[in-house]
Amino acid sequence: MPTTVSGRVLAPGTATAEAIVLDQPLSLWGGLDPATGVVIEPRHPQRGASVAGRVLVMAEARGSSSSSSVLAEAARAGAAPAAIVLGTPDLILAVGAAVADELYQVQIPILVLEVADLGRFRTGDRVTISQDGAVSIG
Amino acid sequence: MTLALDEHERSMLAGDRGEGAALAARLVVRAAEALDAERLIPITRAHVDSCLYHGEATIDFVRRLVDGGARVAVPTTLNVGTLDLLHPELWHGSREVAERGKVLMDAYRSLGCRPTFTCAPYQLADARPAFGEQVAWAESNAIAFCNAVIGARTERYGDFTDIACAVLGRVPDAGLHRDDARRATVALRIGSDVPERLRSSDALYPPLGIVLGRRAGSRVVAITGLPPHQPEDRLKSVAAAAASSGAVAMFHVVGSTPEAPTLEAALGGYEPEELDVIGLRELRQARDALTSAEVAVPGTPIGAVSLGTPHASLTELREIATLLHRDRAAEGVELLVSTGRDVLAQAEADGTAGRLRNAGAELLVDTCSYLGPVLRPTPLPTMTESAKWAWYAPANIGAQVIFGSREECVRSAIDGRVWRDPAVWGEA
Repeated sequence: MPTTVSGRVLAPGTATAEAIVLDQPLSLWGGLDPATGVVIEPRHPQRGASVAGRVLVMAEARGSSSSSSVLAEAARAGAAPAAIVLGTPDLILAVGAAVADELYQVQIPILVLEVADLGRFRTGDRVTISQDGAVSIG
Repeated sequence: MTLALDEHERSMLAGDRGEGAALAARLVVRAAEALDAERLIPITRAHVDSCLYHGEATIDFVRRLVDGGARVAVPTTLNVGTLDLLHPELWHGSREVAERGKVLMDAYRSLGCRPTFTCAPYQLADARPAFGEQVAWAESNAIAFCNAVIGARTERYGDFTDIACAVLGRVPDAGLHRDDARRATVALRIGSDVPERLRSSDALYPPLGIVLGRRAGSRVVAITGLPPHQPEDRLKSVAAAAASSGAVAMFHVVGSTPEAPTLEAALGGYEPEELDVIGLRELRQARDALTSAEVAVPGTPIGAVSLGTPHASLTELREIATLLHRDRAAEGVELLVSTGRDVLAQAEADGTAGRLRNAGAELLVDTCSYLGPVLRPTPLPTMTESAKWAWYAPANIGAQVIFGSREECVRSAIDGRVWRDPAVWGEA
């Protein structure tokens, strides 16, 4: 049976995709190649993994304020995550998603969940996100 | 919570001032909703990071603003761009990226932004906010410096939001704009095993910033146990490092930063949720982790030295010139110092720039040497005194980094090989 949780919507949209759960926070700028969606941060445990077309789950975003541009550029290149699920709100990613929508009509839903609910996601889980912030896992 | 807008904001949103202003207003509203703000508040200044090229999306965005007739509503400085517009010969990358980078930098000027092209706007006397001023600053090191060291107030703004706030002249009334979010909830004391000499040396501060970022995440930390009245350049290196290894936008150094005359003041009268010590071992580990080159022992040949990330202040440029004294960078070693064009003008006027060039240094402005191909290709490691450079350069430009103090970097540039002063860290 799928688990259903609910989150606060920072950027609206719907998605159905596989989850990728990051063990450590990632700065998209310097940490993600927007052309491919691959994690390139050398110290990151999931270096080499792709977030393109997947539901990116991480406790928090980290680092540079250029991450909004990287998210919009990844959307332009068709390599953005299908959705982003966070444990803490992040306006840099929220605005990056808003610009992706304004410029390219690409919706990247961003949700903030209770930290306890983040623990329910496993890499590879099938995740469905609805417009109202409901998330079904598995 | 719902966001209440005043007449001016509603009229911008409705497109009364053009489609560019309406786009800016929509993005500020989105930011306000993400921050759960109830209203927007006016700002006096902005610092915009969106002028750095990250692909065509960055140009597509600014074109919308320019074509929509947008102009900044407050004095606005610009962060680094892709290119050194004053010394274009230092660019070794593709002509196409250089051209796109310049298009973007020019587009932001045409919105009314001042072409400062520096990541250290706090070094510009006429652009620096006063204590308590509400501003919209982007660029992670500048955000942390603005809040912690100046005591002016900005949230952690990023690309697009920065220029949107500058055009609207408003920010969400949330986060670090308000008193609550600025007080420390964590107190970290420098351990008694950290030698007195290290506490008084510039060498401590970049690794301390890395530890601060790791320990803090996005919480506000107060650091105690450092000599009072720390120079701004040291606090700059703490801010830059902490904003690289963590999401630090505010911190206190008790006795040095304006909202922390005492630990009690930094904590705002509350008990800290965490009280801990930063010991010598953790600091040494943070320092060592900044070196990515496989071999970094004294005597290891180096190919380049990159100083000035964030942009070197006039004081730092003078220190580097003094350390070089009558020596020169060794044959085959590129010594590159990054600074802002306005600080460079001051260094030209007082002779510092001439002394640096005579010693073989190249002076880079408007950009940073870890953003693109500026350093000449070398199979040998590059040495830096900047934790932020060490953090980002391996992924960005493929550099093998050896981290050292400013003095170690300059002496190594002269020798062409790694030179160490182990006494500073109590390792002699």
